[in-house]
Amino acid sequence: MKKLAKVVASVIALTSTAVFSEYGLNMTKGVTSISRDIYDLHMMVFWVCVVIAVIVFGAMFYSVFAHRKSKGAVAAQFHESTKAEILWTLIPVVILIGMAIPATTTLIDLEDTSKAEMSIKVTGHQWKWQYDYPEEGISFMSNLAKSSKNSLRKDIKDKPENYLLEVDKHLVIPVDTSVRFLITSNDVIHNWWVPAFGVKQDANPGFINDAWAKADVIGTYRGQCAELCGKDHGFMPIVVDVVSKADYAIWVAKEQAAAAAAVASATKTWTTSELMTKGKDVYETNCAGCHKKDGSGMPPIFPAMIGSPIANGQASEHVNLVLHGKGGMPAFKMLGDADLASVITYERNGFGNTGSVVQPSDIKSAR
Amino acid sequence: MTTATASHDDHHHGPEKGLMRWVKTTNHKDIGTLYLWFAFSMLLIGGALAMGIRMELLQPGLQLMDPHFFNQLTTMHGLIMVFGAIMPAFVGLGNWLIPMMVGAPDMALPRMNNWSFWILPFAGGILLSTFFMEGGAPAFGWTFYAPLSTTFAPDSTDFFIFAVHLLGFSSIMGAINIIATVLNMRAPDMKLMDMPLFVWTWLITSFLLIGAMPVLAGAVTMMLTDRNFGTSFFDAAGGGDPVMFQHIFWFFGHPEVYIMILPAFGVVSHIIPTFARKPLFGYSSMVYATASIAFLSYIVWAHHMFLTGMPVAGELYFMYATMLIAVPTGVKVFNWISTMWRGSMTFETPMLWAISFVFLFTIGGFSGLMLGIAPADIQYHDTYFVVAHFHYVLVTGALWSIIAATFYWLPKWTGRMYNEGLAKVHFWWAVISVNVLFFPQHFLGLAGMPRRIPDYSLQFADFNMISSIGGFAFGASFILFTYIIVDCIRNGKPTTSRPWEGAKGLEWTLAPKADYHSFNKPPSRKLIEAESQHS
Repeated sequence: MKKLAKVVASVIALTSTAVFSEYGLNMTKGVTSISRDIYDLHMMVFWVCVVIAVIVFGAMFYSVFAHRKSKGAVAAQFHESTKAEILWTLIPVVILIGMAIPATTTLIDLEDTSKAEMSIKVTGHQWKWQYDYPEEGISFMSNLAKSSKNSLRKDIKDKPENYLLEVDKHLVIPVDTSVRFLITSNDVIHNWWVPAFGVKQDANPGFINDAWAKADVIGTYRGQCAELCGKDHGFMPIVVDVVSKADYAIWVAKEQAAAAAAVASATKTWTTSELMTKGKDVYETNCAGCHKKDGSGMPPIFPAMIGSPIANGQASEHVNLVLHGKGGMPAFKMLGDADLASVITYERNGFGNTGSVVQPSDIKSAR
Repeated sequence: MTTATASHDDHHHGPEKGLMRWVKTTNHKDIGTLYLWFAFSMLLIGGALAMGIRMELLQPGLQLMDPHFFNQLTTMHGLIMVFGAIMPAFVGLGNWLIPMMVGAPDMALPRMNNWSFWILPFAGGILLSTFFMEGGAPAFGWTFYAPLSTTFAPDSTDFFIFAVHLLGFSSIMGAINIIATVLNMRAPDMKLMDMPLFVWTWLITSFLLIGAMPVLAGAVTMMLTDRNFGTSFFDAAGGGDPVMFQHIFWFFGHPEVYIMILPAFGVVSHIIPTFARKPLFGYSSMVYATASIAFLSYIVWAHHMFLTGMPVAGELYFMYATMLIAVPTGVKVFNWISTMWRGSMTFETPMLWAISFVFLFTIGGFSGLMLGIAPADIQYHDTYFVVAHFHYVLVTGALWSIIAATFYWLPKWTGRMYNEGLAKVHFWWAVISVNVLFFPQHFLGLAGMPRRIPDYSLQFADFNMISSIGGFAFGASFILFTYIIVDCIRNGKPTTSRPWEGAKGLEWTLAPKADYHSFNKPPSRKLIEAESQHS
């Protein structure tokens, strides 16, 4: 008996604590004042609903059990009571006003972005995010990490850590700093959502929305695109590192140095094999989602690279198409000259194609 | 009235023989039957698509299909269920029941009735045919937000637009017909406040349809010209605004939600008094609550758009207006429970469905209230919490009432009784599996799983598997449902004209299997009073 009790106790312990915390049954409290306000509001409304549910369903089930014909219940014939009806119109109104007051305060607070200490521009692309730090002159793309991309197939049972919630380059922001996010899109509507910040805002093409967050706990926070944006909507996660102000300064200096180096490398002439190696990498990050790793594409929506008239034709047309997009093909002008030159060279010389080599300087002059 | 009375004599011959009966019919019962079978077949097709969705989501990793096809499944599942299953099913119920309930021989505009039905299979066929087109079916969600549905959409989108236009014609004609029938064909001695609630809710729904469907038609027409004729309604590059699409869509879309639920309120308001053997509590407040919900449904649309970048004043207004809907909806729930209170209840199948409707729909109402709180909506928006919410109101709300209505009025439609034992097994099977299917989705949404994704992070794996298993079980319950209905039509025991002891309403004064034409002579004032819901 004792043994049984032990087993039961451990099962209860497992299901009540460990399992709950692991799977996440409830909204996150997050690490900003807004996300905590939202959480409190959520719990308040939830408990109000629970209390109403207990009363209303309690009455209903009492009636279902007590007022049944099989127990000899005889039906009363009342069918109106102005008093009761006024009462159950007014009480909900009072409860709703009670909910509306804190909701209003929170809403006004979270829409007020005037306290921002720095700004980051967030641009949605099909299907990746671009982050620009206008004051620091930093700009980069953030794609789904290779570790996730390479383990999508169902026969790969051993999924990597943070499967589908990892990117190749994290967004970095300083702790205890109010950051304003300027959110827009390059193609369709996306939505930039980081649950721990309580920030979720549509990225509309041609318009800029804003939101703010002041994270007060150092850590890594993950989110996803929250507006259907086409084929790979489920594969454009968001990862934000909140770091100390000192670490942030180091990171900014490193990024600025890397940006300067990239500009320098774009002026030199690359060898074909250098271009092909880098191009394969850029292709698999940016193009393989539609045109496929092996270049077979998904005709007719996403044309094949193999034997493509564009990849085997005039280089200038090819460069133009990749830079500016066409129809469903997005523009890639946000990539650097070296990246574009190498990926175009890869497309023109990989997959059995026989196009010409394109140098970063060609891209620069074509812009 | 006069023409209808005058032409009675030509109509005594009953239905035509053979298949052409169904093509040429102008009879409200035949057309009601056609609508119901059409809706049922669409329900099965839409359900099959949902099975595909749940198969894909059973485990992490891409299981069966590429993400583009997954998007086609979610899009078509939504469109087919909303426009092909739920709406036509309610029009079918309206066709069958409204003439009988208002003491009329038939619908007011029988030929238009035939037309509004026969548009549907073609519209549905065009919509489904997009699966076989180059580039696949529409893959932008049933809400088809621009510019994903304009610049970035497959070619088949133009066929989708045409299908939506046709469905809109059909709905508007159906609505006109119901308004004309209720207002012109009602028994002369029946006052508006004598009408049963199903008639009231459908009358109000018809006005919602007439108001909302043209707006949808406008939205898809603008899409069509943006796609093909160089306009820029929804393209910022040409001076348009993609957010305007959402305003127009939800100006249709929110009334649409109530188009799918008001008739359900009507159905439940018939079934609960019958099996509680007690008059409906608060008949007139039910009518006023329905009307106020309908009015409010037109002025809350942007609560679907809290994250589009609306000014804070707009968000506050739409939040307050949305919360207000809880008041009349609450009145309805309280009235149903007061109807049960101190009744003499029995629990035949229709009553089981109706009680579980009240319980589960109210859960959907609670999550709706939570979603209406604009700041909290930031975390709920476009997650599985929303998916759970609208499936609680549309599956265990709208669909539940349709199934309840089917069991409740099936004896009147067929003159036969279904197998009560099997029907109860089916009920418990469905009600348990539907909760296994949709309840865990609340947790998934709160934990941060976005909707419309074909694959997910590992922390969502367990609840997705539970949900999928519930989904397969719920899907399978429709095999039993089909068997029960077919078995009733073929082998059911003959029944009396009033098979439910506590049932009231003019339809129960007709023959066990209602005659081809309902009331050749309008019912008397005495009969109307005796059968009214507030006596």
